[in-house]
Amino acid sequence: MELLNIRLNRRSLAAITAGTIAVAPFARVFAQEENVITYEPGDGVSDLSGAFEADGSSTLGPLTEAAIEEFAAIAPNVRITNGISGTGGGFERFSKGETAISNASRPIKDSEAEACAAAGISWFKFDMAYDGITVVVSSENDFVSDLTVEELGNIWAADGGVTTWADVRAEWPAENIELYGPGTASGTFDYFNEAILGEREVRTDYTPSEDDNVLVQGVAGSKNALGYFGFSYYEENQDVLKAVAIDNGEGAVAPSIESISDGSYAPLGRTLYVYVNAEELQSRPEVAEFVEFYAATADEIAPSVGYIALHAEAQQETYDHVLGAIDGSIAPDSDSFGQEDATPAA
Amino acid sequence: MSSELISSASQISKAEYQPRVSARQTIGRIWRWVFFGSTALAIVLLGMLLWSVIGPGWNWLSWGLITNPPSRFPEKAGMNPAIWGSIWIVLGSGVAAFIMGLGTAIYLEEYAEKGRFNDFIQTNISNLAGVPSIVYGLLGLVVFVDLMHMGRTLIAGVLTMALLILPVVVISSREAIRAVPPSLREASYGLGATKWQTVWNHVLPSAFPGILTGIILAMSRAIGETAPLLVVGGASQVLWRPDGPFSTFMVMPLQIYNWTGRPHEEFEHLAAAAIIVLMIILLLMNSVAIGLRQHFSRKARW
Repeated sequence: MELLNIRLNRRSLAAITAGTIAVAPFARVFAQEENVITYEPGDGVSDLSGAFEADGSSTLGPLTEAAIEEFAAIAPNVRITNGISGTGGGFERFSKGETAISNASRPIKDSEAEACAAAGISWFKFDMAYDGITVVVSSENDFVSDLTVEELGNIWAADGGVTTWADVRAEWPAENIELYGPGTASGTFDYFNEAILGEREVRTDYTPSEDDNVLVQGVAGSKNALGYFGFSYYEENQDVLKAVAIDNGEGAVAPSIESISDGSYAPLGRTLYVYVNAEELQSRPEVAEFVEFYAATADEIAPSVGYIALHAEAQQETYDHVLGAIDGSIAPDSDSFGQEDATPAA
Repeated sequence: MSSELISSASQISKAEYQPRVSARQTIGRIWRWVFFGSTALAIVLLGMLLWSVIGPGWNWLSWGLITNPPSRFPEKAGMNPAIWGSIWIVLGSGVAAFIMGLGTAIYLEEYAEKGRFNDFIQTNISNLAGVPSIVYGLLGLVVFVDLMHMGRTLIAGVLTMALLILPVVVISSREAIRAVPPSLREASYGLGATKWQTVWNHVLPSAFPGILTGIILAMSRAIGETAPLLVVGGASQVLWRPDGPFSTFMVMPLQIYNWTGRPHEEFEHLAAAAIIVLMIILLLMNSVAIGLRQHFSRKARW
């Protein structure tokens, strides 16, 4: 109850010295973020019960897990499990109705939307946070500071003809480039390829790993290595990694909280989404309450797990979208996805 | 040809015989050091492994690690649901594999007629023991999770793990039953006991220490196994201990795997601390195995 009261008076929280361990981490988050939406748990939220599952992107996973952790303090009888099967793996389970929430680091694919439609599952899509896929080299690398999208494309394309740094820019050393990147089940991999390669085939002679820490160590360990992963892994390893600024034709922009959130870090800045099963959202109060809580507090939780919060306007938009989705005044996003056989949940 | 060799070997004349005492002793000493070296290498590697885990993990050991649920803040993150999940998985799969495995072993050793069919089954069970654990995970995913509609629940994990350790349990139980001297059975038959009475009153009590050791070592394997549960369990965050066969679950190796993949360095220390807890539990299980074996072998009546 104590925690609840404090949550209700967030703005005055800075004045309160947070005494309990449970509250202390929150205070840190509040202090740095001016939050837009005030979530107030209504009557009976603590009495809600039920169990449901979330699964999907390992990039967004920690944010959803943090939201679940905080929600558990308000509604202790709602048991939410989160999995990290990857964006694609998450959608596969989502389209079978196994999960109520699917974490995604890229928009749903046509084939995945068709699978949902075939199973009669309609869904809502909510923006939750920003991430910037960060291209990194070792901090020992003293020649690379920026790359154009075209150069990056040549490095990663199967037909790019790049084996040494000198193939990218003539003044760079003729040393072989060692490439590190996420595996094929990863939404980050899909997103990067679409943004950088477009229709070109991705090369296969790179070192893949689903574990981003393996990528961090690989890149940090060699002067001639290059890799990419989510911004949070770069942020935690700035002492051994150097982020490469990306030139999209309008000057090189380095990834940072500002450049990712204002959209200038293009084309690798991206939005992270959660997809919610429309029927579950509208028929189960515990699902609705959690999604509302998540949308309202994502901006406070995001920095504590290394994500970039939505800017105020987008945050408000997501929240309004959630409220409309719950009371049914907004049609499921799957309806407008262009599937004639999509069945909206009444 | 072979008989010629044997006869010529046995006919070494005295003139050809050379004692070469010091050379033979040197060779003996060299082998002694080769064997010592291989033992020492294993111990040094184990020491290095322990050092690399205990070094970063020691300061992160706390009661909170055992009593708290996981959290995004490393200082208050714990593995309580994972410990309970592991306990349920290990006990559940141990009981299931014990019943099925011991039954199979008794049938094959005591009842089944020795012949091609028996050999065929024996070969297959030995092969099953060598199948990679991820294959059991995929089997569990298809059979228990999908076909039997159990979902990614504790019961699906228990049954998958039971299948994984079943071959080991069957093999070790058979060895234990086979080690019971035939004279014991014959004495029992001689007194007019039936097959079942012989098995129940004489063979099983004598074989029990070996059977028990086998099952506990199999359970020790199950507690450290990650791959099958990654497929069948799949969850990366569970805040509650399992409350029934159909609840979602988390196990210790999965929790460790999850923490090592996080961007914050503190979680790697936490993972090291969690490995220490896992090793302590393993040591406890193995000590129980040794204790039980000694307790029951003192009771052996032959």
